[in-house]
Amino acid sequence: MKLVALVLVPLLGGLLAWPLGRRRTEWARIAAVLALGVDLALALSLLGPAGPGGWLATFELPWIPSLGIGLRLGLDGLSLVLVLLTLLVGLLAVFASWSEIRERVGFFHFNLCWVLAGILGVFLALDLVLFYFLWELMLVPMVFLIALWGHERKTYAAIKFFLYTQASGLLMLLAILGLGLAHQRAAGSWSFAYGDLLGVSLEPTLALWLMLGFFAAFAVKLPVVVLHTWLPDAHSQAPTAGSMVLAALLLKTGAYGLLRFAIPLFPDASVRFAPVAMVLGAIGVIYGAVLAFAQTDLKRLVAYTSVSHLGFVLLGIYAWTSFSLTGTVLQMVAHGLSTGALFVLAGALYERTHTRDLERLRGLAPVVPRMGAAALFFALASLGLPGLGNFVAEFLVLVGAWEVRPIPTTIAALGLVAATLYSLRFFQRAFHGPAAEAELADLRPRELTVLGAMGVALLWLGLAPQPLFEVVAPALDVLLRTAGGTP
Amino acid sequence: MVLLPLGITAASALAVMLAAAVRGPTPRAATGRAAEALSVLGLAAALGSQLAVAGAAPRRVTPLFVFDGVSSILGAVVLASALAVVLLASAYLRRLDEPWEEIYALLLLGTAGALALTSSDHLVGLVLGLETLSVSLYGLVASVRTRGDEALEAAMKYLVLAGAASAFLLFGVALLYASVGTLELPALTAELSAGTPAGSELVTVAGLAFVLVGIGFKLALVPFHLWTPDVYQGAPAPITAFVATVSKGGVVAFLLRLVAAAGAVARPEDGEGLFVVLALLAGASILVGNLLALLQRDVKRLLAYSSIAHLGYLLVALLAGGELGPRAAVFYLIAYAVTILLAFGVVTILSRAEQEAGDLDAYRGLFWRRPILASAMAAAVFSLAGIPLTAGFVAKLYLLLAALDGSRFGLVGILVVGSVLGLYYYLRVVVAMLATPEPETAASEPVGASGGVALAGLGAVLIWIGVAPSAWLRILGIWLGG
Repeated sequence: MKLVALVLVPLLGGLLAWPLGRRRTEWARIAAVLALGVDLALALSLLGPAGPGGWLATFELPWIPSLGIGLRLGLDGLSLVLVLLTLLVGLLAVFASWSEIRERVGFFHFNLCWVLAGILGVFLALDLVLFYFLWELMLVPMVFLIALWGHERKTYAAIKFFLYTQASGLLMLLAILGLGLAHQRAAGSWSFAYGDLLGVSLEPTLALWLMLGFFAAFAVKLPVVVLHTWLPDAHSQAPTAGSMVLAALLLKTGAYGLLRFAIPLFPDASVRFAPVAMVLGAIGVIYGAVLAFAQTDLKRLVAYTSVSHLGFVLLGIYAWTSFSLTGTVLQMVAHGLSTGALFVLAGALYERTHTRDLERLRGLAPVVPRMGAAALFFALASLGLPGLGNFVAEFLVLVGAWEVRPIPTTIAALGLVAATLYSLRFFQRAFHGPAAEAELADLRPRELTVLGAMGVALLWLGLAPQPLFEVVAPALDVLLRTAGGTP
Repeated sequence: MVLLPLGITAASALAVMLAAAVRGPTPRAATGRAAEALSVLGLAAALGSQLAVAGAAPRRVTPLFVFDGVSSILGAVVLASALAVVLLASAYLRRLDEPWEEIYALLLLGTAGALALTSSDHLVGLVLGLETLSVSLYGLVASVRTRGDEALEAAMKYLVLAGAASAFLLFGVALLYASVGTLELPALTAELSAGTPAGSELVTVAGLAFVLVGIGFKLALVPFHLWTPDVYQGAPAPITAFVATVSKGGVVAFLLRLVAAAGAVARPEDGEGLFVVLALLAGASILVGNLLALLQRDVKRLLAYSSIAHLGYLLVALLAGGELGPRAAVFYLIAYAVTILLAFGVVTILSRAEQEAGDLDAYRGLFWRRPILASAMAAAVFSLAGIPLTAGFVAKLYLLLAALDGSRFGLVGILVVGSVLGLYYYLRVVVAMLATPEPETAASEPVGASGGVALAGLGAVLIWIGVAPSAWLRILGIWLGG
């Protein structure tokens, strides 16, 4: 029941926020904060020892019995970590948009809450059709967020984002239905439950095609290098809260999908595909970093760093060792926080200067010292400075992947150097150099709180990540055993 | 007893005509309202009786008509669609100084024709129902004449092309009779499976092909679709809704029987002639419909091309065969009918007396001016695109499942390509509705009580099927499975 509540609370919060926003904008924001806060408390209450199969909580209700489709939800350590990340970033996104969004505030918070509800549902769904349903459902409010409150090219970015994700989603739908059919032909009854479909035995060619169908959808979301071209536009044109949710959360749904579905459902096909995926991951790290270095639009720069960081995620997932998977999960969380913070900073700068152009943003550190300090902190986090979460994550991924395939790992490790280049370049250009002549307001207490929370979390992950590892370990063990990895 | 729905509909048509004649030259509004009330009551009664007699054992009444599960469901769909059209047309017609009684009478006659179509598995029954429907449509498309020649032009195009299609159909029927010697579908296919009489193979194939031409025209399948955009655009919006749902629903019923009968003869996977042709029609409709819709700026033309594509999708379900195929097809038809009625309902309500709400500019910023209408339109568009929470999504899901089960992988691939293409122009409509509105120049038209009821009902059904489809699927299984 708690799992259903986890998804329903933001839905209802959003429904409330819409009409409330018409009366007074503050009420809409408060409604969203309350809904997400309650949900966060609910999620924290689910922390505890894992039950059989690594599950902390499950829920099941028949939905379309004739086709074996049910409302099946399940929470294990992996989903819990991502759920907590979702709610935390969601709350921070509401705070970050407090002064930025001034029009149709109620509708904005409605869409924001519904995106979060969709993402939560994706992390909890254990029925494949339900998973697809929520996967598609995540999209529509996000499209509205970009198209209504975005920047100059918002319509283009929104449509591109929508088309890419929908098209790849359709391929995943075909794969899901194909898998369901295979199960029906083998077992005689329809079922789309995760547990039932795990055991379906498929011919190698069919398994490969179905796996590629799933991979297509997750590859667009992650994003994997060739299919990433929607990301810079969507991230740079979205409003701050939208960019935060996109970078910190939506991208992680792709990684989660690979971990939960693409690999365990098709272990042999994944083993055959792993070299390709790991090479793609390594290429992504370098490509994203090189392009980030070349950007003059601040938000596009941060968007490309996402491509780079998530290359590590792809590498770690397909290495499929205990170290690499742990590192992957940690990278998902740490990247979410560090990139989210960078978007908050970019948004704060845009609010004050009305530009994202690095050619024009120069020498800001003396003018806005607190912002400069925060930018330095998060730039260092992004490049993987030891002591902060990203370092531990990338280190673990590289250690885990080295055992399996050293060459892509080495290439990815070079990406760390490239990360240093783009992070320090962006900071140096925007904040150092001859002092700017503008009079800009420094970070306000609200913005400081948001960034402070993210900073503290990153420090905690960098210095004492063990609690996170303990929460995630049972779930990862189950996954490793399901798909025959090396624990 | 089973003839009650058909009887009530026909009787309502007569009643409307009599009422118009009897009341004589009284104020137009009074006769119009009487006609409208009679139509609503008649259709509601017919729908009620249809649902009451549904589920009974299949019965044949005269060699022409059979009343079984297919006729029950599709008859209900036809009647419900006609009822929705009448409700939506109420406020629309009130703004115009037009002969309402004739329009209602023709609507009821057309519905009766479509209803007859759903129950006929005899080629003569096909012709009877189709002709009744078509003739009433000629008049309906031309019915609004205060806006210049647009409607008249559309009606002329429709008349000429439909006349040609009817000629093809009749000739095809004649050829089939000449070669096989019977006009009843089951007997026809039985004879054909026993092998065509020597020397008349060409005649049989030609007959079948010509019948398909007629059916393809009515369903607006490529390459028989050329009338669709012009007629959809030129006809008054509620009439377009009628053409899109009622007339297609009737013909789909017959096509279902045709495919089922042919399927009993040869397996679809063998690529027997009929199935190959239908597959080609389906694939072409999907691609052409979606590609040409990309270019449209007029919402009614966009919906016309979208309808072409959706009939293509429906054909894929029919071709899938097996146990799931017919169910998926009927379910798709229901979802499509609800969606198109909702979309054209919004178009109807937005249409002013001087001008139809065709161009996309009429919808710019609709979300901020009239949020409920825009939400209804968005829901309809999302359903056409196949986004979750809507009936269109569940229908597409079921359709894909049936197609994969029947191993129609090529058609599935084309369907995916078509769907992706469709996303773009559907999204464009939604984005236009979200844009910043121009300052209001003219007053907005009120929704009207019956229009509001119809929209609310359609919207509720759309979401209901999208969120909790199991009840609908169960009913479908019961009525079609037997």
